[in-house]
Amino acid sequence: MHKFAALMVVAGVAHAGGVTDPDALARLVHQDCGSCHGLTLKGGLGPDLRPESLDHYSVDVLRDVILDGVPGTPMPPWRPLITTEEAEWIARYLLKPETP
Amino acid sequence: MKPLALGLLASLFISAAHAEPTATGDLGLVIERATGTVVLVDQSDRAALARIEGLGDLSHASLVYSPDERFAYVFGRDGGLTKVDIVTRTIANRVVQAGNAIGGAISDDGKLVAVSNYEPGGVRIFDADTLEMVADIPTDSKTIGLVDAPGRRFVFTMWDTGETWIADMSGAEPRITRIENMGDRPYDALITANGRTYITGLFGEDGLTALDLWSDTPEPIRVLPGYGRGQEEMPVYKMPHLEGWALTGSEFVLPAVGHHEVLWVDAATLTETGRTQTHGQPVFAMARPDGRQVWVNFAHPLNDTIQVIDTVTKEIIHEFKPGPAVLHMEFTPRGHEVWLSVRDAGKIMIYDTQTFEKLGEIDADSPSGIFFTARAHRTGL
Ligand code: HEC
Repeated sequence: MHKFAALMVVAGVAHAGGVTDPDALARLVHQDCGSCHGLTLKGGLGPDLRPESLDHYSVDVLRDVILDGVPGTPMPPWRPLITTEEAEWIARYLLKPETP
Repeated sequence: MKPLALGLLASLFISAAHAEPTATGDLGLVIERATGTVVLVDQSDRAALARIEGLGDLSHASLVYSPDERFAYVFGRDGGLTKVDIVTRTIANRVVQAGNAIGGAISDDGKLVAVSNYEPGGVRIFDADTLEMVADIPTDSKTIGLVDAPGRRFVFTMWDTGETWIADMSGAEPRITRIENMGDRPYDALITANGRTYITGLFGEDGLTALDLWSDTPEPIRVLPGYGRGQEEMPVYKMPHLEGWALTGSEFVLPAVGHHEVLWVDAATLTETGRTQTHGQPVFAMARPDGRQVWVNFAHPLNDTIQVIDTVTKEIIHEFKPGPAVLHMEFTPRGHEVWLSVRDAGKIMIYDTQTFEKLGEIDADSPSGIFFTARAHRTGL
């Protein structure tokens, strides 16, 4: 268990430079983004976030939407809760859930 | 001939005596949101009795009970409507009625089950017995705040257009009354237990809107317009819920949106009577059935905490951290206990509401909503 966690951390850092816990981030996406976008990200109050629906966005655009939200809509800014690197990891994860 | 008949009768009698009858009055169901299962729980024994599988995507799922407290109608996020038989502990019927459902209600006579949908937006009404669709009411909007009202009516509200519709199902065809100008982006609604007042919370503006359903032509009544004026708007990481009205004697308690407080409203005049600052963005503010306490849980990332407010002083009298991600609370019908679902601990935790002492816990996989069968007899639940 510990070994696995350590490996995950290394992989995360190597990839996005500062993401400490990809497991926790994936969980955040499904549980907490999921409260508006659906647990499977198929959409709810907020739109569908599956790769097919987002593939016209770049990682940078998605990262900024996540950090700053969409003012005037329920999409909240996540900047107070997560780092830029974490937002970027989530952006990659949304576009390519298998290999974020 | 005679001895045979007698023998048959005797064996019937014996098997009847052996079959344990199931009383459902103190049972309940807990949604396990990640696995598409529900757990049947026994309130008196504080125990899980069975797990029922195969209900689809249950994130944000809710349910209502048939008047005999035998069947639960579970509304899943994937549009699934599942009828669960809690006596046989099996799925009695299941239909996938739309792409993306958000909630449901059962008519006062128990004959109709209505589901509100995000995608395609609208309300569909089903025969409670067979789950056959009896009415389809498209609204061209995400539809929220669906409740039952006396007179075989359903009331629901449109996120996109800010209208509330009343569907009267007492005749052969639905009769729809449309009420415009409920406000900017209503996100949820509640109906009081007497079926008179319907209140929608608004996302797009500070304030709520009420309707007097006893009126022949209900008009929108603004409640607490501009309640957050002059205060900084805070990000909302989870939309609050109004389901489960919190009426405490003569006041309502409602979660504010974008502000870390609950709002007190006089039930008769619909004017503000106070505010209580809370730990975070409230998600549920639920009154103990006697109305003496209100229990509040919070949005991510403060969702490990519960605060208890005394409704006489409006002050916080207790605060504790049951564990990570407290998603829902349900009181026993007379309020002596509260059951909390603590999602990331994988537990239902049970507390005494007088002493706040923990009485027990039950394992569950990512539990969310807890629903006791006593809801069968309450309008709006
Ligand atoms: C409180 C509800 C809520 C939560 C929680 C939430 N969102 Fe959103 N999100 C929305 C809404 C509503 C929109 C649509 C905004 C609009 O109208 O443009 C949206 C839009 C988006 C978009 C743009 C999609 C598009 O097609 O334009 C992305 C990306 C997104 N959200 C990602 C996330 C992520 C990632 C999280 C979790 C870290 C999250 N959201 C949490 C409500 C929410």
